[in-house]
Amino acid sequence: MKKAKTIDKIATGVIYVMATVIVLILASLLLYILGRGLQYVNWHFLTSKAESFSAGGGIGIQLFNSFFLLILSMIISIPIALGTAIYLSEYSSNGRIASLIRTSIEILSSLPSIVVGLFGFLIFVINFHIGFSILSGALTLTVFNLPLLIRSIEDALRSIPNSQREAGLALGLSKYETVIRVIIPDALPAIITGLILGAGRVFGEAAALIYTAGQSAPPVDFTNFNPMSITSPLNLMRPAETLAVHIWKVNSEGLIPDAVAVSAGASAVLILAVLLFNLASRYLGNFIYTKMTGNK
Amino acid sequence: MKKIGLLILSLITVLILTGCGQTKEKTITVVGSSAVQPLAESASEIYSEQNKGVYINVQGGGTGTGLSQIQSGAVDIGNSDLFAQEKKGIDAKQLVDYKICVVGIVPVVNKDLKIKNLTLTQLRKIFAGQITNWQDVGGPNLPITIINRASGSGTRSVFEKSVMNNLETKKSQEQDSSGMVRQIIANTPGSISYLAMPYINSDVKTLKVDGHEATKQNIVDNKWTIWSYEHMYIQKNGDPLAKEFIDFILSKHVQKNVVEKMRYIPISEMNYQKDDHGKTTKIGGK
Amino acid sequence: MHDSIKESLTMRSTSAKREFRGKFLAMFCTTIIIILVLSLIGFIASKGITIFVSDKVNIIDFLTHSIWSADKTDSQGRPLLGALPMIMGSFSVTFLATIIATPFAIAAAVFMTEISPKLGKKVLQPVIELLVGIPSVVYGFIGVSVVIPFVRNTFGGSGFGILAGTFVLFVMILPTITSMSIDALKAVPRHYREAALAVGATRWQTISRVVLRAGAPGLFTAVVFGMARAFGEALAVQMVIGNAMLLPQNLVSPASTLTSVLTMNMGNTVMGTTANNALWSLALLLLLMSLLFNTVIKYIAKKGTLK
Repeated sequence: MKKAKTIDKIATGVIYVMATVIVLILASLLLYILGRGLQYVNWHFLTSKAESFSAGGGIGIQLFNSFFLLILSMIISIPIALGTAIYLSEYSSNGRIASLIRTSIEILSSLPSIVVGLFGFLIFVINFHIGFSILSGALTLTVFNLPLLIRSIEDALRSIPNSQREAGLALGLSKYETVIRVIIPDALPAIITGLILGAGRVFGEAAALIYTAGQSAPPVDFTNFNPMSITSPLNLMRPAETLAVHIWKVNSEGLIPDAVAVSAGASAVLILAVLLFNLASRYLGNFIYTKMTGNK
Repeated sequence: MKKIGLLILSLITVLILTGCGQTKEKTITVVGSSAVQPLAESASEIYSEQNKGVYINVQGGGTGTGLSQIQSGAVDIGNSDLFAQEKKGIDAKQLVDYKICVVGIVPVVNKDLKIKNLTLTQLRKIFAGQITNWQDVGGPNLPITIINRASGSGTRSVFEKSVMNNLETKKSQEQDSSGMVRQIIANTPGSISYLAMPYINSDVKTLKVDGHEATKQNIVDNKWTIWSYEHMYIQKNGDPLAKEFIDFILSKHVQKNVVEKMRYIPISEMNYQKDDHGKTTKIGGK
Repeated sequence: MHDSIKESLTMRSTSAKREFRGKFLAMFCTTIIIILVLSLIGFIASKGITIFVSDKVNIIDFLTHSIWSADKTDSQGRPLLGALPMIMGSFSVTFLATIIATPFAIAAAVFMTEISPKLGKKVLQPVIELLVGIPSVVYGFIGVSVVIPFVRNTFGGSGFGILAGTFVLFVMILPTITSMSIDALKAVPRHYREAALAVGATRWQTISRVVLRAGAPGLFTAVVFGMARAFGEALAVQMVIGNAMLLPQNLVSPASTLTSVLTMNMGNTVMGTTANNALWSLALLLLLMSLLFNTVIKYIAKKGTLK
């Protein structure tokens, strides 16, 4: 008995150490990125347009593009992911078909993003004639995003105890109504966490976008809200270099003399954006949760 | 679920609207070599300012992408570092070639290396793997680390054509972009590679070859022999706007304010020309 | 005669209609996914088998030879395409990174779910979620500016190679494995733990004999996902691995992976040529390998499930 207790103490200690190591690695990574980049971030950097070959360019349009693309691809992928996850966790009876679907999702998630990007390029950009555009990028990101979303939503739904489902059915609700009224509200915080993780990956994705959303960010006119005009920020058919692609481009073939500063600054902004996004979604998740369930 | 359906519906509506809205503004797409991309981008900005409603979509993707997409007609201009004849699988007869500028390619080494000059033969032997230590060419006792470009890259093809004389380059590290090459050379002692002139900065050290420095004048007079053209290819019966845009790039204003500023060399200043087999001849009358 | 009772009994209720619609919607979404996956696989497979069908490359040679040069041909006029160096490279970095990352990830997950959920939720989880959002490009550049000099000064060589790739991938897949492991352990029902503790097991005994075993299938899935991410990661690995298409001599000599070759050469080859099709064969190989991973791990998970 005493031995078991000692082992317990040692194991707990080891786990503490390992968890600390992770936090240290991750924290130093974050500090490194922020410490290197924040000094270059200012209002001008955040709002002005990028330069092709002279110093002093900003990341304004890229920043907007990143958010726009993220929202768009989420609008496309969330309903599909939700539907599939509901099917997998509530309707399918764990048979062959379900396992086939799961396998295909796992294959989809393990495809290298560059392959997905080239698939998007050949199908959306070339075959469907959508061209290098936000829309092509969003569709490609959907391919890339779906497995992660389905997986996390399904896990969230599954973690709801069966008694909830039985309660719903006992009240005379149909299976579908039980899912919508009982299971989803209950699983919402977990679903939101999954969405954040997905959003984070989408936000930082570069390889899949290089050939689809494009590598140039032509100037847009932020006062033009006509989505049909090519200079309008809302136009879905304009090419849209995102922040992550910009970092890649500046470092690989960029000609600007201040490439180091721009990429360090852009990386820091990217991290901050993801941070902000996390906080906002978390707040939103709790808010929706309290609203839907009525408890505090 | 209803809300989601509504969202999708509105999305599709916006899509159709944007699809129809395209006719008002004229758009052409330029794709290909990442070396030409910044040049074409700045030119397109000036062009769009002067011609309202005309919009030029410039993308990178590499020489291979540029040539295959212009060949299939998916884009209006294909940028290339190479003559279309040099690339397998491209039918050059279908395309019209415009040489938009000249670029010099320069061997670069890590800054701490105390070597200023190599002969062309030494350079060749280093990249062929016959010379593996810097002390064999008058440097310190330090192994040579070769950084190559990816095998299909335009810069590498030009370098091999002008330096290697049909000798095969040693299998070694490869990088797919000039920026990465520059960063690695800056950080790795004893490393050597080559860069196009626009990408050279104070992080790396350039070498003289056979006593000649890679200057604009030496390239113009072909004393520096490692140079090539940047090309824009269009289809024979393509959008006339593509041709107009190329003419604009070849105009004096752009050649002076964009091409030269990026350290490319305007085509009109060259005293020598190269053909697709790498044969160099003096331009007559100059 | 109008029989309202009969009508209400034989007609489908609104609830049943809604149920039908809901089920239809869910199945519709699933169908979209299946179509998507099938078209992706079909697309890659059709492009990937071209070199075997029209260029007559031998599949065995493709997997076991180590010279990759689409422009050159062997004595029988077949292009020289041996992917062994890339296969070795991909497997080495993936396995090494997963071996290092898994214990850390599971320890973090145990910490968060069993030992100190409060501290975990406040510190560990936000940091992990944030890290998923760091783009591979940034990891790559940190790799070049921090990891490469570190490896060069500590282990010798130029710094580029499998070891550097392993370090970078370790950090990259850590958040993925950790967050999924957390979900897996959270899904273990509470009464399992209570039952173990009630019979006098220590916390560690509960964790190691009950929680981890009950969560094993989920943990395995987390590891597969991590492996898959490592296997498919392109930009960051490409920056630090050196990209030399040579069989790796040791952990610090330049090597290459399937993805790094794919990313690097795709833009430089012309579509439809042997060189380009050969790259699609690499993509197909990646696909088949992830399929293999899935099958193997599923098998293990099935065997290891707590009965």
